[in-house]
Amino acid sequence: MSLGHAPYLIASEVSYAYRPHGRTASAFALSGVSLSVPRGSFTGLLGPNGCGKTTLLKLMAGVMKPSSGRVTLEGRVLADLPRREAARHVAVVPQDTHPAFDYTVLEIVLMGRHPHLGRMQLEGPEDLAIAHEALQATGTDHLAERSFTSLSGGEKQRVVIAGALAQRPDVLLLDEPTASLDLGYQLEVASLLTRLGREHRVTMVMATHDLNLAASMCNALVVLRDGRLLAHGPTADVLTATMVRQLYDVEADVRFHEGAGHLTVTPMSRVS
Amino acid sequence: MIAEEAARAAQAAGRPHTAAARPIRARLRLTLLVFGVLAVATCALAPLIGSTSISFRRALDTSIPFADNVDAQILLIARLPRVLAGALVGAALASAGVVFQALLRNPLATPFTLGVSAGASLGAMLVIILGGSIAVGPWSPVPLASLAGAGLAAAIVYSLANGPRRVMSTTVLLLAGVTLNAFFSALILFVQYLADFSEVARATRWLMGDLDIAGFSPLVGALPLIVVAAGIFATLPSSLNLMGVDPDSASSRGVDVVATQRWAFFSASLATSAAVALAGPIGFIGIVVPHLVRLLVGVDHRIVLPASALFGATFLVGCDLIARTLMAPIEIPVGVVTAIIGGPFFLWLLVREG
Repeated sequence: MSLGHAPYLIASEVSYAYRPHGRTASAFALSGVSLSVPRGSFTGLLGPNGCGKTTLLKLMAGVMKPSSGRVTLEGRVLADLPRREAARHVAVVPQDTHPAFDYTVLEIVLMGRHPHLGRMQLEGPEDLAIAHEALQATGTDHLAERSFTSLSGGEKQRVVIAGALAQRPDVLLLDEPTASLDLGYQLEVASLLTRLGREHRVTMVMATHDLNLAASMCNALVVLRDGRLLAHGPTADVLTATMVRQLYDVEADVRFHEGAGHLTVTPMSRVS
Repeated sequence: MIAEEAARAAQAAGRPHTAAARPIRARLRLTLLVFGVLAVATCALAPLIGSTSISFRRALDTSIPFADNVDAQILLIARLPRVLAGALVGAALASAGVVFQALLRNPLATPFTLGVSAGASLGAMLVIILGGSIAVGPWSPVPLASLAGAGLAAAIVYSLANGPRRVMSTTVLLLAGVTLNAFFSALILFVQYLADFSEVARATRWLMGDLDIAGFSPLVGALPLIVVAAGIFATLPSSLNLMGVDPDSASSRGVDVVATQRWAFFSASLATSAAVALAGPIGFIGIVVPHLVRLLVGVDHRIVLPASALFGATFLVGCDLIARTLMAPIEIPVGVVTAIIGGPFFLWLLVREG
């Protein structure tokens, strides 16, 4: 095994319990989940609604502390790192972004520099250069002066990804980054992510409902159901008709598509 | 393509976004310079203008005993404290408005949205109508009661919206604030209903807002609170920017969202309480000024916050100048002037943004 594929981001026996307001009983969103993500890999996170994907991403970002177990990045416990320190290593791209104020695209991207700024919290020429680099990498540099809210869904998502890149993270966590996009923008964002993972050596973990998207982009899959780990391994091993039936109660045809060069999933019928 | 370019150019022309392209340090310097000069000039000129014309030279002539120097008395006892109070209150309310708008992720929030001013007003009403004689240092009974009422309102809203190490719910904050506003307003009406005519007149006058503080001691009381709030404000803008984009992603970009929310709530409530205790609930500054400033300098809180503080001072001193000179020797309550200017502006803003 080459050093490049040594486990890098590791969750060990991670559980998380939400405590609903005013109640003492707690509901487990995740229980005993262990997984490891190699450096430079692209991991897909699959599972039905409410299975704990978003919770797992938040724990892997270090923005929430697990109730038990731990998430480590290169051996360091993420939840114990100061917020700014953790943000210098792990960035998150949410499903969609609705700013309350009319920021420009450049302002949104420059905010990715927040964890790197000094005491005065003012970015300098170097931060500006990094932001422009991120705009170029996502093909959005011509939008820099535009109002973020005036952009199309695909443009917005590319700008948000640029902001995450400006954060200069080692790991990029994506929470259904293409869910609110039409087919054209889905492919656009997908190819952007694949290219960024390759060129910038960013380790990516993406939660998604889109099995075909996961099959085309991810070299490993993590499957969750009811807060528990159902499967974890190379895409070709995990993505099977049996797995789709187990997850979604759907009979599907899973086969390798010669033209696309990856597995494809065609849902056939609902299992009653 | 040509149409797209044209649309883009038209949009750029109508927006302040070209300003956002320059580096932040240069923009901040320019903004502070322009708004700072404007504020200083307004505060320097305003004391010289009034219903009675005074000679500046005579006012500063030390050879005339102060007791005989009417010009000096008008300048130093009537006008200067009033102008300084206007600057302090204007700056506090405008910057508190910016912070509340960012905290609630709602550009239409005001410093009074969360019930702080209604609590302050109830406190003041109780002392004006039922009487009270507790005074602490520079704080006389009415401002003191108003401060206590504001603190009570803020504590209620805070405890409703806040859990242990939990992100505050902006929905709960807003609903609690609106409800508290209505509840305190009802209590104010009830207290007024029980009072006699002259007390109600005094109470109503307080509710209109008044900067005529007659001397420096009320300023000495309010200043430390506003300075503490301003010190906290100075740590917030970058985090407020990120929370204005999205609270969840702010956290993943290194912002301690819970701490930022708490400091923002505390500091903005403190500034609002001190301002209302000093001059009564003067409306519209907390919303008109931040929006006007955003039209001019963009939405980055690192620039909007200091610019709003400076322009808030200019705006309120200007409004008060109108209030005391327009119908001289009759004074228009300054809260009426800010509302007459601010109301239509606010409606225009709503229509424009809708």
